[in-house]
Amino acid sequence: MDLERIRNFSIIAHIDHGKSTLADRILELTKTVSGREMRAQVLDTMELERERGITIKAQAVRVNWKGNELNLIDTPGHVDFTYEVSRSLQACEGAVLVVDAAQGVEAQTVANAYLAIENNLEIVPVVNKIDLPQADPDGAAAELAELVGGKPQDVLRISAKTGAGVAEVLDAIVERIPPPSGHPAAPPRALVFDSSYDQYRGVVAFVRMVDGAFAAGEPLRAMAQGTRFEAEEVGFFSPTMKAAETLDAGEVGYVITGLKDVSRLRVGDTLTSERNPAAEPLPGYKDVKPMVFAGLFPTDSDDYPDLRDALERLKLNDAALFYEPETSHALGFGFRCGFLGLLHMEIVRERLEREFDLDLLVTAPNVAYRVLERNGEWLEVHNPAEMPRELDAVEEPYVRASIIVPKDYVGPVMELNNDRRGRFDHMEYLSPERVLLAYELPLAEIVLDYYDQLKSRTRGYASFDYDVAGFREGALARVDILIGEEPVDALSMIVHRDAAYSRGKALVERLRKEIPRQYFDVAVQAAIGSRVIARETVKAKRKDVLAKCYGGDISRKRKLLEKQKAGKRRMKQVGAVEVPQEAFLAVLNLNDGTKK
Amino acid sequence: MNGVSSTAPSTSVVQQSRPGLSASPAEPPRPHGGIASNAVRHLYVHLPFCAHRCGYCDFVTVVGRRGQHAAYVDGLLAELALERHLLAPKLETVFLGGGTPTFTEPGELERLLAALPGAAEVTVEANPETVTPALAALLRRNGVNRVSLGAQTFQPQLLRVLDRVAGPDDVRSAFYHLRDAGFDNISLDLIYGIPGQRPSDLAADIEEALALRPEHLSCYELEAKPGTRFTHAHGDELRRQAEAMEGYFECVVETLVAAGYRWYETANFCRAAEADAGGRDLRSRHNLAYWRGRDYLGLGIGAVSTVRGQRWRTTPRLAPYLVALREGRRPLRELEPLADSVQREERVMLGLRLDEPLPVAGVAASLDEEAIARLERLGLAQRVPLGEQHAGSALTLTPRGRLLGDAVTADLLA
Repeated sequence: MDLERIRNFSIIAHIDHGKSTLADRILELTKTVSGREMRAQVLDTMELERERGITIKAQAVRVNWKGNELNLIDTPGHVDFTYEVSRSLQACEGAVLVVDAAQGVEAQTVANAYLAIENNLEIVPVVNKIDLPQADPDGAAAELAELVGGKPQDVLRISAKTGAGVAEVLDAIVERIPPPSGHPAAPPRALVFDSSYDQYRGVVAFVRMVDGAFAAGEPLRAMAQGTRFEAEEVGFFSPTMKAAETLDAGEVGYVITGLKDVSRLRVGDTLTSERNPAAEPLPGYKDVKPMVFAGLFPTDSDDYPDLRDALERLKLNDAALFYEPETSHALGFGFRCGFLGLLHMEIVRERLEREFDLDLLVTAPNVAYRVLERNGEWLEVHNPAEMPRELDAVEEPYVRASIIVPKDYVGPVMELNNDRRGRFDHMEYLSPERVLLAYELPLAEIVLDYYDQLKSRTRGYASFDYDVAGFREGALARVDILIGEEPVDALSMIVHRDAAYSRGKALVERLRKEIPRQYFDVAVQAAIGSRVIARETVKAKRKDVLAKCYGGDISRKRKLLEKQKAGKRRMKQVGAVEVPQEAFLAVLNLNDGTKK
Repeated sequence: MNGVSSTAPSTSVVQQSRPGLSASPAEPPRPHGGIASNAVRHLYVHLPFCAHRCGYCDFVTVVGRRGQHAAYVDGLLAELALERHLLAPKLETVFLGGGTPTFTEPGELERLLAALPGAAEVTVEANPETVTPALAALLRRNGVNRVSLGAQTFQPQLLRVLDRVAGPDDVRSAFYHLRDAGFDNISLDLIYGIPGQRPSDLAADIEEALALRPEHLSCYELEAKPGTRFTHAHGDELRRQAEAMEGYFECVVETLVAAGYRWYETANFCRAAEADAGGRDLRSRHNLAYWRGRDYLGLGIGAVSTVRGQRWRTTPRLAPYLVALREGRRPLRELEPLADSVQREERVMLGLRLDEPLPVAGVAASLDEEAIARLERLGLAQRVPLGEQHAGSALTLTPRGRLLGDAVTADLLA
């Protein structure tokens, strides 16, 4: 295909603003799928994505429009996947930016628009859902024009639901978005913007050919990682996999690598030919670092091998997932996992529970910390239990947060951000009604229960987005929880000094209620270093025996005893204290900021 | 009531077995050449009849049916004839439990007592309101030498909560009727943890019981079993007072021990031999047999037997029981074979309820040595030498360990 007739684009939008519906209409209108095959939201393949209205994995679909080859590259729609979004956008020359006519510009729209602009994409602004009774197409168009620096009359007005205006969107893609630039004759270079794992065919790489061409059977190399493999098949999606002889410069398609491990082919890497290698990789590769960490433990310790297998399988499709074995005195064998953010964590947890049928105990999430060691070196810590008890200097990740709210809610949001150690940056009126608040916030505060608080204080009207701004020093303390003088590693937490007392007290009170009475008094304490900041006592039990036991009672009594024995076996031992798993679960839930 | 459980063992098999059918698992091998040394020496007889059913009771009882008392005694005697081969010629104990044994038609009760084999200890359970001088004399002349009197409490309002018929004065007069008839071994049952019972009520109960100077006392915490109408009515109150109950148990033990009673089993106390019992051992010999893991035969509906590694429970239903025995058949029974490991567990579970040390030999395979060491450190269990003649050691619980006996036993079983 002539480069001049190729257009590569993404659709970017806030959740529920109609990205998937627009994609569906495009597939229909270009007869890529027949009406009969049409299933709402063809592009979202995973069950979870459909339910949550978000897209976890990008895919690319080729459609034909008036003699042109259009490649629609789907992007993940959430802040946790910013890097993946940026790679998807790098594979495009343009983006269709969709805004709901009734909702207007949202925080995520802003973030994605900036990302597109940073990637030098031509933006086709679209106001969707103009058929809704409460739609304000003019208002939304004005906000959108303001955002992308264009004129309101250039903003297309459509209804993806009815199909009105969708043909004009396709025309605009052809007219406004430039064709790919690239060198068909140069040594081949292809950007890996996503990958997925197929159990029969191994890792399937989604690529944008920048220079040159790949053919099936060609030996290839990933330039950053050095991984070598043979292209078992190349092709494109339309919308299902269709093998092709070659993938040419400017085109978007897939390469079946036969690799058995997705981590050997990372998003952002450049593929080149072994026979005719390129001198330089494409710019922009970076190794994404997880920022949010939590311990995952099987409720039943016998499930540990199953959890390990499940994580291995998830990792095949999710290069951003990090995990390493973790042993907790209280919770046994499990894994410390790293996630891009909270949503990523929730998705992994739900997939483990739903697709792999595992019962999990998840510790309170924490962020990555940088600790200054005595030898002057900085150490990154992912687990509060590994944090030195006495801290000299510690840094925590901060995020740049943008929050868009109706102007009446500015006060409550500022109050929340102040409570959460936020640093006000600036405020913008997007329209007379809607305000963008820019703050710097510690990621740890967001991980706690920020979303819930934001939602409840703004009656659900706030939209929120963030990206990591870097590490800053913080007045942080490690709070340990001790049961009967014994620290419980899984319950250690890093908190701001001002919040240490209240958090420690809440946790200790809850634990006192959850720990069954033992043969002796059990002290439950929260401590910073050797200083106890909260204490409760579980009083010793004085009686535990059935009064009556004669000839007719023996079998029943024995069965009760066996039950009691089995119950004790399920207990976790903390020093001399027996603590039921449920106690940890209850306490961890209390701490779990992700709980909706 | 000592041999009857209303809860069916879930692992048991129901099967009909006939006498003489040697393939039946319930049929123990007949001893060759005379009486085997492992013949059963303890007999329990269940008399299910009651004037009415008390709300907290979950035993197998039959209310009224005076017309059937004779038929039931016929059934018991027929059953005894079928099982007699299991019994030693000379029994150590016979125990008549209920129900209310003393509610049985006096003529029928007398016929039964006369036909039962004699024993060193013959106990009958009695409800205070049924004990008249005539009944006391009837028991006495038929070889009964121990009576267990269901007093429960001396507080009228608490007796009403328990649906008991007798008032406090009935308890006292029943006691004196028995004394007058010559009974020198009387046990009183007390219940604590009754909904609405205050600590002062309990102290008064103990004081009144001690004033009668019974040879033996059984003190039970009220156990509200799920499904009884009592639990339905009083469950919330019982949950509220659960923590106070711990103190009640301690109070019972401390007061009775201070009054010279021996706390020889979790819920049982007897006058100590050296103090004022005239050198007699006043422990319940029949119940000691259960706690020491001896074999016992139970007759009557719902009665449980344990003989040579087999446990069975006779049908709790009156009509099929009577029909089977009238036709010369054994009534239906639920069988529960007891594996060696189960027998060991039960030995530990029951033996540790006693104040006498449990010899470790024979049960060592079921004990967790580490747990024993831990419980010793916590002052709950103790390992003691068995004595000069015996090799090996024995295990016993400290007083605190006995208050926590179920949890401790669950811990030290391997």
